[in-house]
Amino acid sequence: MSAKVALVTGSSRGIGRAIALQLAREGYRVVVNYYDNPQESPEIIKENQEQARQVLQEIEAAGSTGIMVGADVSDPAMARELVEAAIKEYGQIDVLVNNAGINKDQLILRINDEEWDKLINTNLSSAFYCCRAALKQMVRKRYGRIINISSVVGLSGNAGQAHYSASKAGLLGLTFSIAREYGARGITANVIAPGYIQSDMTAGFSPELKEKMLSTIAVGRLGTPEDIAGVVAFLASDAAAYITAQVIKVDGGLS
Amino acid sequence: MNVFEELKKIIVEIKDIPEDEIQLEAKFAEDLEADSLDIVEMLMLLEEKFDIQIPEEEAAKLKTVKNVVDYVEAKLQ
Repeated sequence: MSAKVALVTGSSRGIGRAIALQLAREGYRVVVNYYDNPQESPEIIKENQEQARQVLQEIEAAGSTGIMVGADVSDPAMARELVEAAIKEYGQIDVLVNNAGINKDQLILRINDEEWDKLINTNLSSAFYCCRAALKQMVRKRYGRIINISSVVGLSGNAGQAHYSASKAGLLGLTFSIAREYGARGITANVIAPGYIQSDMTAGFSPELKEKMLSTIAVGRLGTPEDIAGVVAFLASDAAAYITAQVIKVDGGLS
Repeated sequence: MNVFEELKKIIVEIKDIPEDEIQLEAKFAEDLEADSLDIVEMLMLLEEKFDIQIPEEEAAKLKTVKNVVDYVEAKLQ
């Protein structure tokens, strides 16, 4: 039996990278997706490519194999092409992890239409596009694991993150619906809601904000990308076959 | 390709019923106990097999095996 195939969106760095590496260590062949868009500056794309290439090298160092595919998953055509590229290479996708996401803190009164649309498209619509494309093949195979990376603020809301929270909350409805529509086809769908995780997204926080955050976290530290990756690997494993339509908070006991 | 024969193969794959139980007159919901997802999957496989597109408004009208065979044959003309 050949190794299972996992596609992880936004896996050139941060949490996505840790997920890709963890799955590789567990023997999955991994499709690494990095952000690419003809309209973006070539320097940014080049950097993303370089990061994705490094992830791919680490996947190989871990004894597995993978490919890297550039795509802006907020674009329906590019998201479909990403899934098709994975299926063309490996003939299947067993695990889809929708991880790609962006954030831009702003009070609602200052969020303009473009920013709202961009957050919703990048964090929520992207997952819909990738799920729709991957489900086609998962339904035929009667097997699939879909894991969507949300956020604790998708459950609680957060000042300055209305668009981010709304997009992350939307992932819950999408995921639960997939679980109900395709459960009988051997497909599970779950959400992981990370708390405060060390990544580029939280690196810019001020020391005061970090201090304040820490005081609310029971385990007394920020999470690491690996803390999330371990839970993804569990949900993808056979041990989690009976878990579907769930949200798992991985937040260190955030109050 | 014989559309009826191909459709029977697809239905067998999805519903796991004996091929000879699939008659032209059979209604998907009543006779073959196909739910909405079974039907969507069947149409998806037909689209791939015959390289056609079946729009939603047309799909909604396909209630029997014969409906589908006629529709696909017309599409292939």
